[in-house]
Amino acid sequence: MNKVLFSSVSKKFTMALAGLFLLLFLPVHLAINLMLLKSDPEPFKKAALFMASFPLIKIIEIALFAMILIHISWGIFLQIQNWLSRPVGYAGGNRSETSFFSKFMIWTGASVLTFLVLHFFNFYFIKLGFVEGDPEDFYSVAHNLFKIPAYNYIYLACFILLGLHLFHAFSSAFQTLGLNHRIWTPVVNAAAWVYAICIPAGFAFISITLWLFR
Amino acid sequence: MKLVLKIWRQKNADAKGTFATYRMDDVSPEMSFLEMLDSLNKKLVEENKDPVAFDHDCREGICGSCGMFINGHPHGPVPAITTCHLSMRYFRDGDTIWIEPWRAKPFPVIKDLIVDRSAFDKIQSAGGFISINTGAAPEANSILAKKKNADDAFDSSICIGCGACVAACKNASAMLFVSAKISQFALLPQGRIEAKERVREMVEKMDELGFGSCSNSGACEAECPKQIKLTNIARLNREYYKAF
Repeated sequence: MNKVLFSSVSKKFTMALAGLFLLLFLPVHLAINLMLLKSDPEPFKKAALFMASFPLIKIIEIALFAMILIHISWGIFLQIQNWLSRPVGYAGGNRSETSFFSKFMIWTGASVLTFLVLHFFNFYFIKLGFVEGDPEDFYSVAHNLFKIPAYNYIYLACFILLGLHLFHAFSSAFQTLGLNHRIWTPVVNAAAWVYAICIPAGFAFISITLWLFR
Repeated sequence: MKLVLKIWRQKNADAKGTFATYRMDDVSPEMSFLEMLDSLNKKLVEENKDPVAFDHDCREGICGSCGMFINGHPHGPVPAITTCHLSMRYFRDGDTIWIEPWRAKPFPVIKDLIVDRSAFDKIQSAGGFISINTGAAPEANSILAKKKNADDAFDSSICIGCGACVAACKNASAMLFVSAKISQFALLPQGRIEAKERVREMVEKMDELGFGSCSNSGACEAECPKQIKLTNIARLNREYYKAF
């Protein structure tokens, strides 16, 4: 049973499920962040309070962290295994036609992870009391951060890399789950493009607006 | 045609290999790639040098023996053919051609361009068969199969096990090969009986032999000389989940 649970196919299956769960979380986060654009901080604060106090959200938060951990740990483990599967590369290069972004998943993923750590220091660790700051006023924390040009550079770069990660990840997750269909797969692939452009663009829009126009 | 060949030379499995450079001055565009290598070997033998070892058998694109990595592509830059069907007219006068063996941990180099592909045989032996008593051929219509399933099973069964999918994949994954073998049985009623054991055991063997995992990059499908589709990998995944 262990061999089945920890086979390469099972690891990819759990990675895909975790990835899809994270894909559901991003639009929710974006919707709340869009409230940062309002000059009145109350709607954002109310939404943040709801997310911090509603019991069901607390359960989902635990699931979210579990999914992040599963996705990252299996991702790194499988990548190392994949590198070991080809100890000697091709001197003439490998020019096979391939999904372009699939070649850089570990690196785009690593940059998203780096951003996640930074994001935790800026927000989540304040909530937990590990870092100094007002956990009741993330509106001001966010507005102050977006006034720092370097933060915006990092933020925008990470969201572009997240977009590149999502281009491949979205449709790849469906294939890994065995969901390949003559009609629906092209629809999923198109949805992947829309999602990979719109979600990072939404976050980038907030960053640019608060940085340059407020 | 005048060509420069950069060929991987390795005396045996334990020796350290390196690229050797050969100049060919009289290559005819009508030659097949293997005939070009034959003429190089003739020249090397006449010069009392060790000829380049490469796998070949049917030279009709059926056996899958003649696998080699040519200018960044398994079986060369022309899609949907094996090396034996690759014609020299696809190259230009003055070209430099890099010729390498498949690179994958489960496919160790035996000599020069020949790799040990018995890993595929081991995967096949793990479950890629139907346990039936042989005997007289039964009446063909006694077990009915959907036409679509029969056609898809046939399309999967034409995999020749050449290893181009493993060679092309950035992870050296054997998923396209294994999924073709799973599919050819899973789609037909006779194959359903042992479907669960088959997929579990073939995947377990694939992992044990050190092949990488599938990143759905699609390089395997792009380079497969028999145009085995990625839909087979999705089917393998479904079969695997159903096998719990």
